[in-house]
Amino acid sequence: MARSGVGGVRALNEVIWPEEGPATTRRSRRRRGSLLSGLSRRALTNILIVIIALVEIYPLFWILTSSFKSQDDFTTQPLWSLPKHLNFHNYVTAWLTGNLGTDALNSLTVTLVSMAVILLLGSAAAFALEIMVWRGRTSILLLIIGGLMVPTQLILLPLFTIYFKLGLTNSLLPLIITYIGQGLPLTVFLMATYFRAVPRELFEACALDGGGAFRCFFSVGLPLVRNGIFTLGLLLFFSIWNDLLVALTFNSKPSLSTVQVGLLNFNGQYGQVAYGPLLAAISIVIFSTFIVYALINQRVMRGLTAGSVKG
Amino acid sequence: MRHILSNRRAIVAFIAPALVVYLGVIVVPAVWSLVYSFFKGTPALGFHFVGIANFRQLWTDPTVRQTLLFTIKYTVVLLTCQIVFGYLLALFYIFVLRRSSTIIRTLVFFPVVLPPVAVALLFNKLFAIAPQVGPVNSVLQLLGISPVDWFATGTAAFVVIIVMDLWRSAGFYAVLLYAGLVDIPEDVIESARIDGAGGWRLVRHIILPLSKPIVIASVIFGLNADLKVFDSILALNNGGPGTETTPLNLYMFQTSFLYNDYGYGSTIAMLITVLCLAGTVLVFRSSRRQVEREAV
Repeated sequence: MARSGVGGVRALNEVIWPEEGPATTRRSRRRRGSLLSGLSRRALTNILIVIIALVEIYPLFWILTSSFKSQDDFTTQPLWSLPKHLNFHNYVTAWLTGNLGTDALNSLTVTLVSMAVILLLGSAAAFALEIMVWRGRTSILLLIIGGLMVPTQLILLPLFTIYFKLGLTNSLLPLIITYIGQGLPLTVFLMATYFRAVPRELFEACALDGGGAFRCFFSVGLPLVRNGIFTLGLLLFFSIWNDLLVALTFNSKPSLSTVQVGLLNFNGQYGQVAYGPLLAAISIVIFSTFIVYALINQRVMRGLTAGSVKG
Repeated sequence: MRHILSNRRAIVAFIAPALVVYLGVIVVPAVWSLVYSFFKGTPALGFHFVGIANFRQLWTDPTVRQTLLFTIKYTVVLLTCQIVFGYLLALFYIFVLRRSSTIIRTLVFFPVVLPPVAVALLFNKLFAIAPQVGPVNSVLQLLGISPVDWFATGTAAFVVIIVMDLWRSAGFYAVLLYAGLVDIPEDVIESARIDGAGGWRLVRHIILPLSKPIVIASVIFGLNADLKVFDSILALNNGGPGTETTPLNLYMFQTSFLYNDYGYGSTIAMLITVLCLAGTVLVFRSSRRQVEREAV
């Protein structure tokens, strides 16, 4: 968080995935001091693990298996039973009538474009604020960090008026512009801390070698903070992809819906009558996220918790 | 050499784009919103000045009172659960699972990255009673308890909302607090153990006080997230029955876009902003005072 000092963010990052050093020494010590015998202690641990795993996995397991059920299975069998055959019909219906394909494309466009612009503008600004030398940079940094205090709902209505007056409401631009504005404060703040961690001599050497400010930024600065960019990219990706408030506010027609808005509308239209397609749509959303998470979960956990220290 | 890193044109080129977007999307609208709270109308129909009528309405509106109370109740209950469960999970990771905690940690964190809308629709079906009995009610039936219509009363819906949002966020707080616990110096715990502190006493007298900064950071973060709850409740039950489980943020959204009252919507948005700031300051000041008292 801002108040504990900017350096705290980096410290926290390094601390989240330590080399597991302390745990090793703890292990040998715990054995002796424990009141419970080793066996019952282990049994208790295993029971807890099973409970935690059940709580986390069962809802996901249920929605995956249910998404393969036919309408007949839903009406004649209890809801917790397994499907009789694997029936991909629901997925076809969800994808075609639910417009999930269009929604996914919209979400992907909005998310990737906003993300790219935020990272470029944010790291350039952070470079100017942290590495370059000029008067007034501290107050500009504070002004931008102050944006972390402004909740989304406060800016929504004026933004709606602005986009309406500019005639942008019939495109994805309102979403992209809003996400960029919202993402900048945290990005500038965190990128500034990443730049601060880079030894200053490197930039001075670059300047000495006759590189201009742009070269020092693109070929020295950016490569050195690529870890930070990746971490922030993940945080931005999930917060934009999962957002509903902004997406719903500026949604003017179904062909411009994001996945979240589409899912909500799909539930409104089919949710009560056709369980199968809705559960298939939810499954698509959940398990596509799962694939991303399975590949880079350690980075995701680090990135998302790094964002919370903004306070 | 110095002059390259203080090249004016380069500085402007680096900072201007971000600054312009920031001012246009965040600062100007935030000030504009304050102005809106003295008007009534919509962009399509035009606005007219009403003075402090919106604020007077805010004061007397029974729905504001109800949604404000619900928001506070939701935040207090959920935040308590998040911190308690998060802390217990973090202790479990660090002292029980130790080196093998990665898998469980990763598993419990997974719902954090899921879209709240998808999770809410999933929980809506898990707790369903009609047209078919959902898994939760099936379990109740198995235990000989009659199934509950979870979305028919505010109290039952509140339970589902808390369970859902806790399921979605517990892993996040666990990892955040875990990071703070890893930070406690090993020799401090070591010497406490030698002095005979173990189990609960070790946690109560050594670990809890030492992990206070990260707990306070988590509380402030959670407070600001929970007070602004919107998407999960909208998708779960749309704040029903009636407005019994409607948070302020959802009410603000409905006022602005369903009832086309931007001015009053802005006034409610102000209330949310003030609430977040006041909550943060309160937590911050009370934690500082406590630290000072302990120091004396």
